[in-house]
Amino acid sequence: MSSQIDKESRLSQKPKRLIYILPLGLFAVLMVIFFFGLGLNPRLVPSPLIGETVPAFSLPKLSNPNELIQHTVLKGEISLLNIWATWCASCKHEHPVLMKIAQSNEVQIYGLYYKDVPSQGVAWLRSYGDPYHENAVDEEGKVGIEWGAYGTPETFLIDQKGIIRYKHIGPISWNDWKTTILPMINTLRNNNDV
Amino acid sequence: MIPELGHFTLILALAVALVQAIIPGMGLLLRRTDWMAVAKPACLLQFVLVLTAYGVLTCSFIVHDFSVLYVANTSNSELPLIYRISGVWGAHEGSLLLWLLILSGWTAILGIASKHYPVDMAAGVISVLGFISIGFLLFSLFTSNPFLRYFPAPFDGADLNPLLQDPVMAIHPPMLYMGYVGFAVPFAFAITALIQGRLDTAWARWVRPWALAAWICLTGGITLGSWWAYYELGWGGWWFWDPVENASFMPWLTGTALIHSLAVTEKRHALRNWTVLLAIICFSLSLLGTFLVRSGVITSVHAFASDPTRGVFILAFLGLVVGISLSLFAFRAWQLRTLTPFSLISREMALLSNSVLLLIIMLTVLLGTLYPLMLEALGGGKISVGSPYFSLVFIPLMIPVVILVGIGSVSRWREDTISNLSKQLRTPAILAVVFASVSLLFLPGKVSFTAWFALLLAFWVINSLFTQLKKRLRHSKNLLQDLKRTPRGWYGMILAHMGLSFTVIGIGLSSVYSQEQDVHMLKGDDRTLGEYRFELVDVEKITGPNYKADMGTIRIYKNEKELMTLHPEKRIYNVRKNIMTEASIHSNLLRDLYVSLGEQRDINTGAWSVRLYYKPFILWIWLGGFVMVLGGSLALTDKRYRTSLKQEEIKLDDNNVLAN
Repeated sequence: MSSQIDKESRLSQKPKRLIYILPLGLFAVLMVIFFFGLGLNPRLVPSPLIGETVPAFSLPKLSNPNELIQHTVLKGEISLLNIWATWCASCKHEHPVLMKIAQSNEVQIYGLYYKDVPSQGVAWLRSYGDPYHENAVDEEGKVGIEWGAYGTPETFLIDQKGIIRYKHIGPISWNDWKTTILPMINTLRNNNDV
Repeated sequence: MIPELGHFTLILALAVALVQAIIPGMGLLLRRTDWMAVAKPACLLQFVLVLTAYGVLTCSFIVHDFSVLYVANTSNSELPLIYRISGVWGAHEGSLLLWLLILSGWTAILGIASKHYPVDMAAGVISVLGFISIGFLLFSLFTSNPFLRYFPAPFDGADLNPLLQDPVMAIHPPMLYMGYVGFAVPFAFAITALIQGRLDTAWARWVRPWALAAWICLTGGITLGSWWAYYELGWGGWWFWDPVENASFMPWLTGTALIHSLAVTEKRHALRNWTVLLAIICFSLSLLGTFLVRSGVITSVHAFASDPTRGVFILAFLGLVVGISLSLFAFRAWQLRTLTPFSLISREMALLSNSVLLLIIMLTVLLGTLYPLMLEALGGGKISVGSPYFSLVFIPLMIPVVILVGIGSVSRWREDTISNLSKQLRTPAILAVVFASVSLLFLPGKVSFTAWFALLLAFWVINSLFTQLKKRLRHSKNLLQDLKRTPRGWYGMILAHMGLSFTVIGIGLSSVYSQEQDVHMLKGDDRTLGEYRFELVDVEKITGPNYKADMGTIRIYKNEKELMTLHPEKRIYNVRKNIMTEASIHSNLLRDLYVSLGEQRDINTGAWSVRLYYKPFILWIWLGGFVMVLGGSLALTDKRYRTSLKQEEIKLDDNNVLAN
């Protein structure tokens, strides 16, 4: 960005030839990104948190700001933790899938409501339906950072002992659920039975 | 049979586009006027052909021809006529055809007006537009043909997305497209100028009305879209920094920079390469917007059904068009550079700084939009960074822009002094502080710095406009006559900047003073918000043409006097079973009362969840947008764009010789 400003301050003098090539160079970089953006679609992302116990938090509930919800709720049963916000377009995309998952009763979904105003989240859940067992409000986004969130939506699969088993970046599709997450849940469940 | 006719005319249009692109283009390079003369008839024929194809598709919608796959996917026999007409652009294939129609429409207007431009310039511009047309026709025919048949024809269609079944949504996309595509014309002028090596004040004068027209349409389209989001999405927001919103906002930012930079190029012969670069960037961003929306690289509420082939195609096209243009710029602009000196303190500098700031804002928006994509390229998934990022960077960058509007509008061309500027700006600044502080006293609610600062910025702009008016009439003997003689372009500029200050007021005050409640209500319950009392009278079932709904009746009282009754609805559309919230809003300049109906919480007691909003001054956001459109339109009618441009050109060139 500084190059742009440099360019202007020199406009009344002799602009350097290189500056005229700069836009083309920037554009070339963009094209490379787009090209990979089209071609790649990886879902499995290594996260340093996989295999670790969940990072601790203690946050107000979305449904009732006077009550706190803690990371300990994630122990005992297999659960999903979904990081979301109302400003997030992909979350809206993902929302119907979460609703279907919630209706299937296979797993409890907890929400981490990330960097957003609580009242809007409440409004959103009223409008579109509420797939979450409970939501923790992370208005400052500090807990999200602890969890290593790049943005929203991101979803963690947590086992009975409160250990993170899987992380999904981006919206979950019904296909992701059927082919990846649900089988993992079933495996976890079976292992525990044995 | 009829849909095949549409398909056929589209193929013919491609053939004509090839002629329109190649022959006048070659004519320009070989200096053959007879070849250049092909430009005008070719572009007119092209328009007629695309219009026919478009008419055929509309016809298929009107008569419910569900054997056409696209119609079956986007319409339904219960769909009202107006939404069958607007449904043509309700999904990917049709909206692409609309893109083409608007492109050929702009080109045809240019063709008709081409006698005002030198033959070679007009031929070059029409040829460049022809090349763009070829790209989009190929795109349409090979990856998104709207005329594909479906056998056997389904009994009924899948219906138009209910979100789009709204009067504003019927005009918002065409308006936005007219803006997007409109920037193709300044782009084509820029490319022709680079090829010809002709980049003078006359060139700037030719381009100005086109850039302005595109900017007006884009401003109008964005304003309508934001207004629609506010009343249709049902939770009171008006801008979401959604990738598709950003895709329209980025060309708007550079388009704003472009119309200002063009003014400098026309009036002062300065910043010529900068103007050309902005024209290229503007249209590149329009193409980029199309790429982002069509290819599915970014998830968004707006994104149409995505398809990787489409993505690859449009990416290749984007690369080709922008790559060639920027290479041409790198190569030619260097040779065409000149020195038109201006001081660090001058109107040129203020306008330049603002356009650089707008470009930086555009880049930050681009970064925020693409960050998820870059992350994906580096191995992450599709995520969004969303409004926390944008609010953080956008507002601090926008503040100096608004401040510079005030400085730029009073400073002198070429050279001004700080002492002179501060002398002129002292009064507007002091008055802005006074006005902002006084108006804060009249506002209900707590004293807020944000509100005060927004008012300060708005009054700063308005006051500086008055200072400019005063300066203009300083030596006037006959006020009325001088006001009459002042060109419409100047009034348009004043009006558009007024619009900006209105929007600033709207954003500032509504974000600070809005109140909302999210409550469960039984029939007969009431809630108080500010000085208003909302009473839920009833919720009843109603049936619309293609939906069923629960309609609430909410009475609003102020000081125990009944003010109005609002009817928010919760609709379920018959075909897609989508649930839509239809908020009910009462707007005036001082405040909006906004009511929307949530779910029935409890069937036994009949409790409903209801959202109540009190949003002061929010209407000013869109009012500002429409005033900008009005200002732009007024400037567009300035008579200097209508007087014979060729004569002007000669006169201007003479002036330049004299000035130099």
